[in-house]
Amino acid sequence: MIEILASSLRVATPLIFAAMGGFLCERAGVATICLEGVLLTTAWTAASVTYFSHNPYFGTCAALVVGALTMSLHSFLTVRAKANSIVSGVAVNLLAMGITPLFTKLLFGSPTNTEAIPLNERMAPLALVYLSFLLPLFLHFIVYRTTPGLRLLAVGDGPHALETSGVSPARVRYWALGFGGAVVALGGVYMSIAHASQFTRDMAAGRGFIALSALIFGKWRPLPTFLTCLFFGFTDALQIHFQSSPLLGTTFPVQLLQLFPYLITLFVLVGFIGSAKPPLAISESP
Amino acid sequence: MARSLRVFVLFINLLSSLCLAELKVGLALDKGGRDDKSFNAAAYKGALEAKEKLGITLKTVESSDDISLEPTLRTFAQKGYPLIVAVGFVQRDAVEKVAEEFPKTHFVLIDSTTQASNVRSVVFKEHEGSFLVGALAALSSKSQQVGFIGGMDIPMIRRFQLGFESGVKYVNPKAKVLNNYVGSTSDAWRNPTKAKELALSQYNKGADVIFVPAGASGLGVFDAAEQTQKLVVGCDSNQNWVKPGKVLTSMLKRVDIAVYQAIELETKGAFKGGVFDLGLAENGVDYSLDEFNRNLVTPTMETKLKAIRTEIIKKQITVPDYYLNMKKTASPS
Repeated sequence: MIEILASSLRVATPLIFAAMGGFLCERAGVATICLEGVLLTTAWTAASVTYFSHNPYFGTCAALVVGALTMSLHSFLTVRAKANSIVSGVAVNLLAMGITPLFTKLLFGSPTNTEAIPLNERMAPLALVYLSFLLPLFLHFIVYRTTPGLRLLAVGDGPHALETSGVSPARVRYWALGFGGAVVALGGVYMSIAHASQFTRDMAAGRGFIALSALIFGKWRPLPTFLTCLFFGFTDALQIHFQSSPLLGTTFPVQLLQLFPYLITLFVLVGFIGSAKPPLAISESP
Repeated sequence: MARSLRVFVLFINLLSSLCLAELKVGLALDKGGRDDKSFNAAAYKGALEAKEKLGITLKTVESSDDISLEPTLRTFAQKGYPLIVAVGFVQRDAVEKVAEEFPKTHFVLIDSTTQASNVRSVVFKEHEGSFLVGALAALSSKSQQVGFIGGMDIPMIRRFQLGFESGVKYVNPKAKVLNNYVGSTSDAWRNPTKAKELALSQYNKGADVIFVPAGASGLGVFDAAEQTQKLVVGCDSNQNWVKPGKVLTSMLKRVDIAVYQAIELETKGAFKGGVFDLGLAENGVDYSLDEFNRNLVTPTMETKLKAIRTEIIKKQITVPDYYLNMKKTASPS
């Protein structure tokens, strides 16, 4: 049982970081389906920089910067160039899926994965797991209790109202997405240099989208979103456990449990479990 | 002047093609590319060996996506390459189409089959190789529990699983095999994080050797083996070097040999179409033993494995084939 719980925490950690980053971006009124892409670019950066510098903290810092930059590309496209945020999100995802194997090939000679990082040069996974527990509380406080946080909420729900008080909605969105990207980057760091030992092509494997569904299920609030991530992690850990040891004589079908996060999102969207209201001004240009 | 130059160049070309008459071989790799440390890399290695030993002219093209597979093959054929090697089961449809358009060109299709008479389809008896590494896993397991982690849940990987399980049970009928699959979509080939979780769970339940035919996801299992100080069995190419001392062995699909053999036959003018199913007897599948795992495989284990290997080749042991089982359940009988 303890093993299942430990396993759920390990599975949930990247989801929590991605979902919390997504929370900052979406509450600022920019639809962010590019969490997957940011996870990829940051996981790649963390793995490569750590490999060459032999220092996971350099790798982490570089990943934070790249995460902020990748998300800033998204905010540049949506806020400045006024592109549709879904289209821009897809573009960022595709870019990340293409550019990471390209650079892997340039630096390591093979497009599939970067070289492995020895055990003593990796991040301690536990540190990131604990951080993923503190982060939602911290964000809850920042967003609901401080001026910049309230401005972020305002720009997501009514950018014009914010404008009348003399604050530039565009600037708030730039900052929100920059920070959001850096938060998502922690998920990438966790995947490539804490849990695994290298970057593998497309290693995010849909986690960005699962994080997005956790965000929707958590109704765009940090603490419920956090709990949803833990819940998704728990179902995955259960699945992992029962796949190889039958329960009451039957084995869990893999396909069914893998469907779970998506199924639950669907239920929420259809309105079975309360209605999920996105920020009012989402994907509306200020 | 320009015209006479052109005639001269033409003449030289003609002369060189007459004098050298080197066999031109086109090698069409799939998305993995020649450095994928696995399937494509092995094919490339075989072709390079042929280039050195047999003196062929080799042209290699990597397709960046599945759509460009067919045009690549067609371009090779149009340029008059007599032998075109297509690597990977994703190329099956493309080979079928282009082989029909160019009936005089010879094709080699690796890892899938087609009926065309100018195509040499090479497939591997994965279950035989898996049986062998299963036997070795059971011999080296102290806990009498071993694990299997497949990538995507498809018949080919089920074939690995059935072979592996039979190998384990053959050596130790009491041994328990834990089975897991990373997933049921193509994401399952590149999800090392999930694969590591599965491996940690299996090691935690008592397994001490895990066989992992899971593509790039397998790297996660190697990490888990390193972390828990247990053993892992690699797949497709020799992965013993990935985590030295933690990799018991690797089950090999000798794509390099298959490619080399096909080119050699073509140079001798002995190319034959049809389906070639390479197993232990043909050295198509094997297990790896080198300086990285030498200390893990004791002489007693090695002797036993050799005996099992001979028995499989002599058909004294029948290794169950998942594909045949599928056909049996599919037919109405």
